[in-house]
Amino acid sequence: MRRGVDWRQGFLMWALLALLGIFILYPVARVLWVSLSDDQGRLTLLHFVNFFRRPLFREALWNSLLSGVLVVFFGSLIAVPLAYISARYEFRGKIALQTLSTLPLVIPPFVGAVALQMILGRSGMVNLLLMRWFDTTIPFMEGMTGVVLVQTLHYFPFIMLNTAVSLSNIEASLEEAAENMGCHGWRLFRRITLPLMLPGYIAGSLIAFIRVIDDLGTPLMLNYKNLLAAQAYLRITTIGIDDVDGYVICVVLVLLSLASLFGARKYLAIAEYATVQRGAPVSERLSGGKRVWILLFIGLALGVSLLPHIGIAVLSFAKIWSFSILPSIYTLDNYVEIFFRVPHFVKNTLLYTLIAAGLDVLLGAAIAFLLVRSRLRGRNLLDAIATLPLAIPGVVLAVGYIRVFHGWDFPGIGGPLTSSWIILVIAYTVRRLPYTVRASYAALQQVHVSLEEAAQNLGANRFKTYWKVTVPLIAGGLVAGGLIAFVTSCVELASTIMLVPRIEMGPISYGIYIYMQSPLGRSAGAALGVVAILLVGLGTYLTHRVFGERAGSAFRV
Amino acid sequence: MKRALFTLLTLLVLTTAAAAKEVVIVTSFPKELFEGYKKAFEAKNPGIKVVINSKQTNAGVTYLRETRSKPEADIFWVSAPDAFQALKTDGLLDKYAPPKEIMAKIPAKIGTFPIHDPDGTYFGFAVSGYGLMWNRNYLQAHKLPAPKEWTDLTNPRYFNHLVISAPSRSGTTHLTVEVILQAYGWEKGWALLLNSGGNMGTITERSFGVPEAVVTGQYGIGVVIDFFGLSNIASGQPVDFVYPSLTSVVPASVGIVKGGPNPDNAKAFVNYLLSEAGQTVLFSPDIARLPVLPDLYAKAPKNYPNPFTMKLGGVNFNDKLSSGRRDVVNSLYDHVITFRHRELKDAWDGIYKAEEAISKAKGRDVAQAQGLVGEARKAASQPPITDKRASDKEVTDAFKSKSGLKAQLETEWENFARANYGKAKELASKALALTR
Repeated sequence: MRRGVDWRQGFLMWALLALLGIFILYPVARVLWVSLSDDQGRLTLLHFVNFFRRPLFREALWNSLLSGVLVVFFGSLIAVPLAYISARYEFRGKIALQTLSTLPLVIPPFVGAVALQMILGRSGMVNLLLMRWFDTTIPFMEGMTGVVLVQTLHYFPFIMLNTAVSLSNIEASLEEAAENMGCHGWRLFRRITLPLMLPGYIAGSLIAFIRVIDDLGTPLMLNYKNLLAAQAYLRITTIGIDDVDGYVICVVLVLLSLASLFGARKYLAIAEYATVQRGAPVSERLSGGKRVWILLFIGLALGVSLLPHIGIAVLSFAKIWSFSILPSIYTLDNYVEIFFRVPHFVKNTLLYTLIAAGLDVLLGAAIAFLLVRSRLRGRNLLDAIATLPLAIPGVVLAVGYIRVFHGWDFPGIGGPLTSSWIILVIAYTVRRLPYTVRASYAALQQVHVSLEEAAQNLGANRFKTYWKVTVPLIAGGLVAGGLIAFVTSCVELASTIMLVPRIEMGPISYGIYIYMQSPLGRSAGAALGVVAILLVGLGTYLTHRVFGERAGSAFRV
Repeated sequence: MKRALFTLLTLLVLTTAAAAKEVVIVTSFPKELFEGYKKAFEAKNPGIKVVINSKQTNAGVTYLRETRSKPEADIFWVSAPDAFQALKTDGLLDKYAPPKEIMAKIPAKIGTFPIHDPDGTYFGFAVSGYGLMWNRNYLQAHKLPAPKEWTDLTNPRYFNHLVISAPSRSGTTHLTVEVILQAYGWEKGWALLLNSGGNMGTITERSFGVPEAVVTGQYGIGVVIDFFGLSNIASGQPVDFVYPSLTSVVPASVGIVKGGPNPDNAKAFVNYLLSEAGQTVLFSPDIARLPVLPDLYAKAPKNYPNPFTMKLGGVNFNDKLSSGRRDVVNSLYDHVITFRHRELKDAWDGIYKAEEAISKAKGRDVAQAQGLVGEARKAASQPPITDKRASDKEVTDAFKSKSGLKAQLETEWENFARANYGKAKELASKALALTR
């Protein structure tokens, strides 16, 4: 594998580059070219100079970076202990912990915001109670504080899932050796465990960081607009003017994301994380006082981060919930209203997201393989393009697709790609690809190349080696990445809303949008939100059941 | 003969095949509205299937722009007048003259606002007025009076209790802002907008964020379009709605997409919307919009507002002026209010506190403090440019091109606002200190 350039690897890389070029680079470049050209279409950097001259944008840049750093910091405080507990301890209800801790990633669009307002907002449940008991309120949901709070609760699972995979891949004998030499507790964690789990932790933090600086949902939910992503979105989607600044900000976001990607990779390249052996899983049965403390921590962390979900559930049964702690009139009408529509939304959602997640796993594994195992020139370019979608607003990608694919009939589907549901699958695949790439990349870093070489020495060919040795060893990472791709696609709205060709092809997130548009439909939208959460919860649970048992120690998320 | 018959037959088959098709509609309207019309229209026109492509207004505009080489939609159907203006400017809408017997019953104007595009590219099918909506429980709990007029929005008691959507995000809020600017004049109008902006608890990015915030009781009073108020009242929410005496009534429109796949069905749909049968659909309580056929109000439900008999204030609304400077006014609002909201709120908070302290400082000389607060109010009420400059061609053109002027102007406005609000806050705190 380190024997120089292999033509098959070369072919794979060029094929992948071509694919990503068509579906990521070209459409996005078509849209973002605006930011680099003047009225006559000539190349200019003036818009970028102007970006740094404007106090508003400097403020937004600072706020975005600050929120990214703070969310990774506070998110780690929740995520790392949860990951450690989930990877290292045996206890009843562990699968519930694993399932529930994925759910914060799924805040259904719009209704999640309403529900959170109903609980933490200025006239929400908590503040109305504080008002009644102590005659005071706490502005949980205002300004930058609110943004960081909501984003931390929303995005910590990225860190948790990836860290847990890394943790369970750690060679147990290394820790045992350290223990034999008298290294215990915090010192053991800091000196041995922490450094060894870095690939997953860094991968998760990186995704969380980039997601936060590109996050639109939270700032719009809190009406806080002095952040880069919000400024870009507001400027791009304003009717009637082509505001070049919006596209300039997109490019700045892309550059920031790439800088953090390569920064993280540089940092990880300093040391080696691969281990040759796989020890037996280290897990301790929980008991006694430790058990109480740990369960308390889990309850608190998950309880707070699932507040929006609890709110959505209550909202879905509400007829009137207005300036009161709980709804004043309850009803089942919302479920009656959505009953006949649900099968159709669920079918569309599953169809699109499962295909997309499957493609993501395949592509992610192939790309990660080239990144870690090949010495091909151009693999950094591949990595960069595959990471781009994290930083590209859904609107920009969607507009790029319409611009590129509309107007010519795609062979085999009897019309343009943009009038078929396939465009949604492509959009989801592309937008979630970075998750599987990063997860597989982190997993592969922990697999020592000598394992593969051994298989080849024993006569296995390259394909067989990869299939029989490497894939099982990185299965945990692949499944974790695919799961995140599935989960987050289920509630994707930004590109969905632009690309759904007609109402019958809409997935569940689109259904929620349709209900929110109607002044009477927010509770029905919440009922659909409950369906989305259940769908994702069920998917996560099944993943843990199926892969958790079969893959044994490889998948312990 | 045989051949002629054959040709005729083929033609017949072809035309029926074409007629028995779809009409594809891009709309931002709520489900209740498009579903109601889909059902009614399909019942009246068997064989034509209504296909809905529901998009937010701005996404709809982008979609039509990007698909112009081979449009897939026949109809564009939304509220915001500026969306139609933008599409018309781009040449994306087809001209059409609906049958005379339909058009004869619809007046040319509502107030001073033309109902249809004079060039025949889009047609008003319903009108809406802007007003104020409030949550009764909220006002009661905070012991606040119900509002009546736009000027009430500057009431210090409403500080942090109001909500509006940014005019750049909502065509109808933009018209409200214009009505205020035209009714009270540029200087006074901006003073009102800046002062009420300081009272806003939040400025939402979506127009339906405002009724949402009021219905759930996050904020007390919102600036909304009438059907948000009316339909929520109809569904039993604890809210009320009022039209201020100076209000704008604006049409929600429908237009035919140029080069759409089913032009005949598109025309049939427009005709249906404007016909008496189509207009009656608007009365259903979950739609609650105002028809453009004045005669129809005789059959309206009880207490239904009639915009044709409503006293529509003294605003002589100048549509040309409004659409000419739209981008400038919207960007101005964003850069001095939406994006500087924290500073603006701080300034007005300081002013109100100082004024309260002055009113309570009995028997002491407060003339100096009053003077300072007066200056503070002035600083926090000033727009950075004059109305002449806002309509200046150089300025309006800057928002249509990629020249650096737009960035420069926006930076100037932002810095102006920051400096003024800082000054106002400082003056107010000095005044407060003087009363102690």
